[in-house]
Order: sequence, then C-alpha cells, then structure tokens
Amino acid sequence: MENTDKIIDGAITNSVLHKSNTRGHANHGWLESYHTFSFANYQNPERMNFGVLRVLNDDRVSQGMGFGKHPHDNMEIISIPLEGDLEHQDSMGNTTVIKEGDIQAMSAGTGIFHSEYNKNKDQLVKFLQIWIYPNKKNVTPRYDQITLDLNDRHNKLQQILSPNPEDEGVWIHQDAWFHIGKFDKDFSTSYELKKPGNGIYAFVLKGDFTIGNIALNERDGLGIWDTNTIKITANSANAEILLMEVPMQL
Amino acid sequence: MNYVISDLCFFKDEMMETTNILYIGRHPEILETVIRLINANENWNGVGVMNDEEAKEIFLKKDFSIVLLGSGIQEESEAELCAFFKNKNPNIRIVQHYGGGSGLLKSEILLALGNTK
Repeated sequence: MENTDKIIDGAITNSVLHKSNTRGHANHGWLESYHTFSFANYQNPERMNFGVLRVLNDDRVSQGMGFGKHPHDNMEIISIPLEGDLEHQDSMGNTTVIKEGDIQAMSAGTGIFHSEYNKNKDQLVKFLQIWIYPNKKNVTPRYDQITLDLNDRHNKLQQILSPNPEDEGVWIHQDAWFHIGKFDKDFSTSYELKKPGNGIYAFVLKGDFTIGNIALNERDGLGIWDTNTIKITANSANAEILLMEVPMQL
Repeated sequence: MNYVISDLCFFKDEMMETTNILYIGRHPEILETVIRLINANENWNGVGVMNDEEAKEIFLKKDFSIVLLGSGIQEESEAELCAFFKNKNPNIRIVQHYGGGSGLLKSEILLALGNTK
C-alpha cells in the first residue's frame, strides 16, 4: 500500500495523520478489520506504531462468529465495543460479556489464552482492539472490565484507562491514559497531557473534529508528540473521539 | 539468455532460501502456536525450545538468522543468551517477541530480516 501519511506543518508540528481510507484492510468473511498499524498480512514500514501504541484494529465480527481460543503474552490488550456484545472467555477462568459502554483490559504477561465471540446471532459486533507494549515484562496475567457511564462523556473527556488501579477506568501496566468525549457541534475543549514526553493519538469514532488546525473525519487518526496540550473542537453533532496518551519510547 | 536445468535449480534454491528462526519461550502452548505460525510460511523454519541450555545447544547445530525471545525469560537469562548468541554469531538478529501467537509475529520477523514488503 502506498504510504499516505502526512507530516503536518503549521499550528501543530510533530504530528502524523492517518486518514481512515489509508488503513490496512482485511476481509475474512466473518471478520472485517481495518488496521491503523501493520498487523498480520498488512505490512507497512511507515505504520508500525505510535510510541507504545502498537495495534489499533477497527473490527466488525459477523453474527455468532469470533476469534477462537488463541494465546498472547507480554502485551496490554484493550477492547472497546462500539456496537453489539462480545462474549469473552479466558484461561484465568473468566466468562463475561462486554457491550457498548464497557471497556475490557487484559495484561497478557507470562501468557494467557482467550476467545472473543459475537454473542448475538442477529447483530454485527463492532469493536476496537488496541494493543499497548507493557512497561514491565512477564507480569502475572490479569483481566478487568468495567461499565462506563455514557452520560459522563457528554461535552467532556471521560477517563477510561490509566496506569493507576485507584484511578478512573481500567488500568494497565503502562503510563498511558485513554479518554472518550462525545461533543455537541462547535463544542471545544483542551486536553493536557499527564506525563512529560508522552504523545497523544486521537481516533475519531463518530463525526468530524478539528485538532489544532487539522480537520479529522470519522475513523481518522492523528498522532501528536512534543506537546503539552491539544485543543479539540467538534465540527458535527454527537461527534465522538478517543484520545490515547502513550509514552513515545518503549 | 539460455539457462541449463542445473542453473535453474540453483536459482530456485537461492530464491527459496529457508530462514531458520529460533524461538525461546517458557510457555509450552504459546511456543507450540508460535512455531506453527512461523512454519505456515514456506520459506521460514521455526524451532522452539523452552530452556536456555537447549537453546544454546541447538544454536550451535543450525544456522539461524533470527532468535525470538518469547514470554517468561527473566533478565539474567536474556542477557546471558544474547551474549552467547552474539559471541557465536555476531550477525544474529535477536528480537523481543511481543504478543504471543499474534498478528505481530510476521511484522517482527520481516523487520528483523529487513524486508517489510
């Protein structure tokens, strides 16, 4: 695939824009997936990672189908359902269902096996699969999922993940913070990065946004580094965005 | 240009040269999965071992291009293994493999080989 990344000059420097239609695409019949970064048969040397953010897959799984039992190690794996229900089973004995509004985090550590199936026979499931390199190898595997209050993201940034077990949202073994905001048209806010040296990757879930001077549409991604703050403006009603603050070095 | 059959066989061997990959990891089921995935590529030959002595022994017997360090290897073991492999073959590429039997395996191997096409 032709590399269409653009380094942006102007109000925001040190940024990389990944337009939605430049992502890798795989259609396995039961699974349709868009890969922001190189994954499986999509290999693009310009799209390997954004700091410790290694995988951002935008998956649609057919009715009743799913990922059979398979292993992971040494990776922090976050799943965010956008529509439908996913049934999760793992080698730690967890059998759960995650649905829109939930977030699931797994620390694969020394090794886990899990499966994820679309629980419904009559509805597609859409979810984001996000993998973060851990800051500590060979940890004891762990699983966590929580239900978020969807009202808590209206015209504000709701924290859904952090490195701290006591903080809001799920936690992982990495100095990363995730937020989701659902904004009215023309609503503006700022995001202050939590840790010096971290970068931020914004991924548009719905609608249109402007970050700095860069216009973003649905499923576009924008990575920014060497900054302390970003300004975000919604350009359409019910616009929804996921912000992922991550260390830029492993 | 005309080729004789022996030339063509030579070219085929050159083009289809097998890349030997040594995977070391402490989790038997992940090891099995990783080796199966590596060997699904016709030009790659994966060998998996769980302990360090076996890894060193097999490294001396076969011409490996890449060593993948999988889960459960502690820092001291990792340092000792890397020193051993580098000492025996300064050109060996040693890669930390993340993610288990996953979509990252191919990327990691292709990157190590310097071939991301």
